Amino acid sequence: MNNKDDIRIGFYICHCGTNIAGIVDVVDVKNHISKLKNVVVSRDYKYMCSDPGQELIQKDIKEFNLNRVVVASCSPTLHEKTFRNAVEKGGLNPFYFHMVNIREQVSWVHTDREKATSKAKDLCRAAIYRVRYHKMLERKRVPYNKDVLVVGGGIAGIQASLTLAAAGKKVYLVEEKPTIGGHMAMFDKTFPTLDCAACILTPKMSAVKGNKNIILWTYSEVKKVEGFAGNFKVTIRRKPRYVREELCVGCNQCIEACVFKEPKFPDEFNLGLGKRKPIYLPFPQSTPNVVLIDEQTCLHFKTGKCKQSCAAACDRKAIDFNQKEELKEIEVGSIILATGFNIFDAHKEPYYGYGIYPNVYTSLEVERLVNASGPTGGEVILRDGKKPKSIGIIHCVGSRSEKTNKWCSRVCCMYSLKLAHLLKEHTGAEIYNFYIDMRTPGKMYEEFYDRLLEEGVHFIRGKVAEVTDCALNKDEEGKLILRAEDTLAGFLRRIPVDMVVLSVGIEPDKKSKEMVRIFNIGCSTEGFFQERHPKLAPVHTFTDGIFIAGCCQGPKDIPDTVAQAGAAASEALALIDTGYLELEPNTAYIIEDECSGCKTCVNLCPYSAISYDEDKKKAYINEGLCKGCGTCVAACPSGAIKQNLFEDEQIFSEIEGVLIND
Amino acid sequence: MKYFYYPGCSLKGMGKSYEESLLKVCTKINLQMEEIEDWNCCGSTPYLGIDELKSMALACRNMAIAEKKGGTDIIAPCSACYLILNKTNHTLKDYPDLKEKIGEALKEIGMAYSGNLKIRHPLDVFVNDGWMEKIGASIKKPLKDLKIACYYGCQLTRPYSEFDDQINPQTMDKLIELTGAQIVDYPLKTKCCGGIITGNMTETSLELIYILLKEAKKRGADIIATPCPLCQFNLDAYQDKIEKKYEKMDIPVLYFTQIIGLAMGFSKEVLGINRCLTSARSLK
Repeated sequence: MNNKDDIRIGFYICHCGTNIAGIVDVVDVKNHISKLKNVVVSRDYKYMCSDPGQELIQKDIKEFNLNRVVVASCSPTLHEKTFRNAVEKGGLNPFYFHMVNIREQVSWVHTDREKATSKAKDLCRAAIYRVRYHKMLERKRVPYNKDVLVVGGGIAGIQASLTLAAAGKKVYLVEEKPTIGGHMAMFDKTFPTLDCAACILTPKMSAVKGNKNIILWTYSEVKKVEGFAGNFKVTIRRKPRYVREELCVGCNQCIEACVFKEPKFPDEFNLGLGKRKPIYLPFPQSTPNVVLIDEQTCLHFKTGKCKQSCAAACDRKAIDFNQKEELKEIEVGSIILATGFNIFDAHKEPYYGYGIYPNVYTSLEVERLVNASGPTGGEVILRDGKKPKSIGIIHCVGSRSEKTNKWCSRVCCMYSLKLAHLLKEHTGAEIYNFYIDMRTPGKMYEEFYDRLLEEGVHFIRGKVAEVTDCALNKDEEGKLILRAEDTLAGFLRRIPVDMVVLSVGIEPDKKSKEMVRIFNIGCSTEGFFQERHPKLAPVHTFTDGIFIAGCCQGPKDIPDTVAQAGAAASEALALIDTGYLELEPNTAYIIEDECSGCKTCVNLCPYSAISYDEDKKKAYINEGLCKGCGTCVAACPSGAIKQNLFEDEQIFSEIEGVLIND
Repeated sequence: MKYFYYPGCSLKGMGKSYEESLLKVCTKINLQMEEIEDWNCCGSTPYLGIDELKSMALACRNMAIAEKKGGTDIIAPCSACYLILNKTNHTLKDYPDLKEKIGEALKEIGMAYSGNLKIRHPLDVFVNDGWMEKIGASIKKPLKDLKIACYYGCQLTRPYSEFDDQINPQTMDKLIELTGAQIVDYPLKTKCCGGIITGNMTETSLELIYILLKEAKKRGADIIATPCPLCQFNLDAYQDKIEKKYEKMDIPVLYFTQIIGLAMGFSKEVLGINRCLTSARSLK
């Protein structure tokens, strides 16, 4: 646009209090830059990001007729937007601006003032050289689809769906299991208030089913996601349940009629502690209230020789053995992932005897055992038929350990307290909690711990070394013995009990790595989904339009999960109500005359943004999908791809600026 | 592959019957190994606790000799030797500084060691190098009606589980099965026997030994089989003290090689079974 001689640059260096000025001689840098060609004004200021700092830029643009601006301050991830806005308010195209990071990349990482100042000069000079070649760019706006996909029907997915539906948005709620409810539906009571989990959850479950804005697809999973924020195209696989959802009313007559007179197969919802038939309803409040047939155990599917008494018993003709899986394609603007967690597999801590000694249980199994609708009707009867008179609860199984998972599961102290209370209430047994540290940071949590101490539950600080049945004396005969160092009393303890509860930790869902691939989001090394910023963008992912909530992001309790689900829903709403998505212009573009149609770029693009135009025999880049990674630009053998803000002359002059000390 | 044999102090002294029986079994199946010439003590756990550098340099000397002679694998039957040599190998990999120092020490005596020899236990070699079939074929006198608890001890699979599970190892069970004996379920397979603390904290160790013996008996074992000289000694030699403090045990503790040897038809004397302090007279 401008002739190179007409370029008028304003340069501003920020002290950031003492963050930058403490190490970098900002006045020296300012003076150095002021001598460069095209620099009309060069200033230093205490806080460039403050209102007066921004106004300084705007005033100078008018007064000195500036057409380029460089600010040397912190990381562009923090304030690039601020300064671009300031430049725009000053009447200049925001892409005539360039930012230099002399805080994270200079002052915070260096200790030698002279060298740091010299490096700051080099970086600032490079920016001056570069900004001369900046062009006027435009942000494109694309319309934003108002519909939302929520993946996962636990409490997080339920809460997010209901919030969005209440705001009048259309929600597709997709759940892998035959019913929504997630882990929370399996819990008996919730800490610290001891209100019944089902009593507070099931109204929300039926609200989902009854809401006309929510399309609920259970027994379904996301197979493919294409497109970009505002315009996702999602393929969902609906597994056959061999029962027509629209016809079934959940009268359960088919279950009665099944050729298996008694339930025979391990019941998933009760973690195998109870039995079910091949045709079953996971639990009484299952939502939708629709039975399903398990292919693995159903006689019809296994042998082809079943008189199909279930189908005969259904007067609504809902049973359909020929049902096939169905692929649904939907278009949504936003996606909320609430895919939950897995509990730690207690077999991986063999010292604790899970799977070896029948009376060793996981905490989740105990939730079912104390539940009135559980396999024993709420009576605590052990696998060997006995009622326990003494119970040991081991905290941190699969948490806070170098061998298994390093992180704290955040809930196991509190639910161990809850289970101690419930077990004591149900059995009157002596209860021993073995803990490493008691972690009760939450509203009314510490008070709950105090209550348990009052109730006479024993607390022993020490990590249990092993659970063994090797008795040393008569009292230990026939019991499980917990061996631990009591680190408060300073000696070794052997405590014989009838029942051991392993308070298992929270792990990323087994499919989380696959989810990361399908949705193109990030995850930590352990597999929890990565939030955009741990403090300031906790429900955003690095992919626009995709949000996360609940334990898929990291271990958390129900209150935090619900809060996060609400946050994810409202972030999605903010985008929807804007109505459009503004795309950053740092995208790649093709110079068609130079494209030879070799398709090298097509397969390289990690965002599937490049397609091949068969008519023109040229590659085509979808700006909406391009994230500006530059892979295609570097790979194009004809040099036919360029990228806004990363043009050759911009980069070469930037390099020249670093290297030339004039 | 050429196996070098590192007997260590135990197999020439207290664990002499381990060597006697091991060599018998190896000869029978034609597994050839060459004893490392002029080998020295591995340093064992006590020296490692006092001076890591010297202890590991000492261990390295043995490996240097074997490597110079073209060895690839060293068979170390004693659990302590096996652990120390293995640990030395791991340390050389993980700590280049230490490797350099040890290299200098070896240079002083005109030696060098790359850190690449494999340290093997006979259990590993028998099961994983394809000797099972030959052992099976050499069984002449199946030990029917004999119930055996396989006790591995703690050092063989911890901290390094190079060839077997840390908590529930299986290799010895597989070998003993070949002899026709019955394996009893013995979840204490890798529990500590007290090791060297039996010498200075006898009471603590006695309790550990008592649990190991008592549970083996309770679970129906006639014999305890072990691959470790120190375990064998602790479990065998302290049964009189256990009797005074707790109850009479009277359960023989044999090396697994002695049991295989018996099933191969060797006499008790040849296998050194007569050296047991707790008499194995019940064995025919």
